Amino acid sequence: MEAKGRVFKYGDNVDTDVIIPARYLNSSDPKELATHCMEDIDKDFVNKVKQGDIMVANKNFGCGSSREHAPIAIKAAGISCVIAETFARIFYRNSINIGLPIIECPEAAKEINAGDEVSIDFDSGVITDNTTGKSYQGQAFPEFMQKIIQANGLINYINEKG
Amino acid sequence: MAKLNLVLGNDITSPVAIHEMEKFNKKGVFDKDKIALVPDHFVPNKDIKSAEHCRCVRNFAKENEISNYFEVGEMGIEHALLPEKGLTVPGDVIIGADSHTCTYGALGAFSTGVGSTDMAAGMATGEAWFKVPSAIKFVLTGKPAKWISGKDIILHIIGKIGVDGALYKSMEFVGDGLQYLSMDDRFTIANMAIEAGGKNGIFPVDEKTEEYLKEHTTREYKVYEADADAVYDEEYVIELDKLKPTVSYPHLPENTHTVDEAGDITIDQVVIGSCTNGRMEDMRIAAEILEGKHIAKGMRCIVIPATQAIYLECMEKGYLKTFIKAGCVVSTPTCGPCLGGYMGILGDGERCVSTTNRNFVGRMGHINSEIYLASPAVAAASAIAGRIVAPE
Repeated sequence: MEAKGRVFKYGDNVDTDVIIPARYLNSSDPKELATHCMEDIDKDFVNKVKQGDIMVANKNFGCGSSREHAPIAIKAAGISCVIAETFARIFYRNSINIGLPIIECPEAAKEINAGDEVSIDFDSGVITDNTTGKSYQGQAFPEFMQKIIQANGLINYINEKG
Repeated sequence: MAKLNLVLGNDITSPVAIHEMEKFNKKGVFDKDKIALVPDHFVPNKDIKSAEHCRCVRNFAKENEISNYFEVGEMGIEHALLPEKGLTVPGDVIIGADSHTCTYGALGAFSTGVGSTDMAAGMATGEAWFKVPSAIKFVLTGKPAKWISGKDIILHIIGKIGVDGALYKSMEFVGDGLQYLSMDDRFTIANMAIEAGGKNGIFPVDEKTEEYLKEHTTREYKVYEADADAVYDEEYVIELDKLKPTVSYPHLPENTHTVDEAGDITIDQVVIGSCTNGRMEDMRIAAEILEGKHIAKGMRCIVIPATQAIYLECMEKGYLKTFIKAGCVVSTPTCGPCLGGYMGILGDGERCVSTTNRNFVGRMGHINSEIYLASPAVAAASAIAGRIVAPE
């Protein structure tokens, strides 16, 4: 499995309220949620994002509310992977459970610039910045989580387990 | 995998979970008595879309004969309601599709927030997967001063360790200072563990816990204690007797300042309520400060008792009269303004002192509005003064 796309770059502590403001949580439709993704900190995001693009941020990405609408909105907006220095716990769980690939890699989070073209190999955890030519080793998922991701989410994993 | 004693959801997170459940091969819920569904965020329904979400939850509860579904009129803000109803006891393993599910750690339960898919899996199987977290110990010592509450303590701690200071970790609160903390103080502290990134916040069970449980539940429970040789990643000593009234400035809970260094910060609105500070003691403190006074001219002060039982007790004790005569409005239980849902949305450039738990950009309304997180005492005093002050 691989992802490749242009980078949208954000800072520390991107919270789930700015990823998808609560005023839109009267809907749970992924397409509708995607149209408001990131709008409180980056109004242009939804107009610029293309299928396959990548989000890169610093520490504690996805902090705050447990709303699964946050990774759902990011995934439905077209983002193929989020790279961050660290993720907030519930966001991390939610992303795996809905099949949004996320990867922790402090060096990549620090050095990759907005607009760079980046590819990620999920099997090896290697992140390559095609614009600068630099490669980074991201943290691989524990085996248990890999199984959930391979099953394309928690529900399928439980169904397969029987 | 861990066996669950309770799986919780609200009107925002449950519809997503209910939709996910349809994908399961196995139909139905694992135990109709171990699921709690509490519409509280956008109820009474704020618009048609919210009404449809609530209808989805209501229908699911009916079809699956969920015994702990709480309709408008008997509901409350979930994390104030469930302990009050005796549904959370020491030793429980609880997941909730709401980040403040960590509140029940005040009773010595392991409880943590999850998303809707985990909630769906929990409702179907009665199990959830966890990594065992490492722990940070907070030793609370000394007796806090009169107006220092659980809110000041947890804001002080978050200011010290940061919004990711306890990322993926368990926050354990111990020490001789616990004897001075009421159950409501402890609920407030455990509630905001998530604001430091914590997986859970947990208190030992003592006489106060047992007294609370005697009053609220008939369920049997098992008390767990930390091992004497338990290993901690870090240990902090928090001297409660030295704490001053504390406020978190925009736009992160870690931006803490003591009120005495606040200077002249004028405000437009005050909110007293939420799963963090909408309990009986919070109402009592606010009423004590507002009694016989009036809020500043042009101020809007919104008081939200967290449950119907708290609302009723506020009425019986005369607090509602105090609030209304002081110029406040009193709302039915709802999360409403805390997450910028309704019932007190802020406009461009407006400032609010709020007893809620988050002050992120746009959390309570316009992206140029500002939230200052504070205790009910500071909030009530500030409503009277028209700017951020500590009670005298």
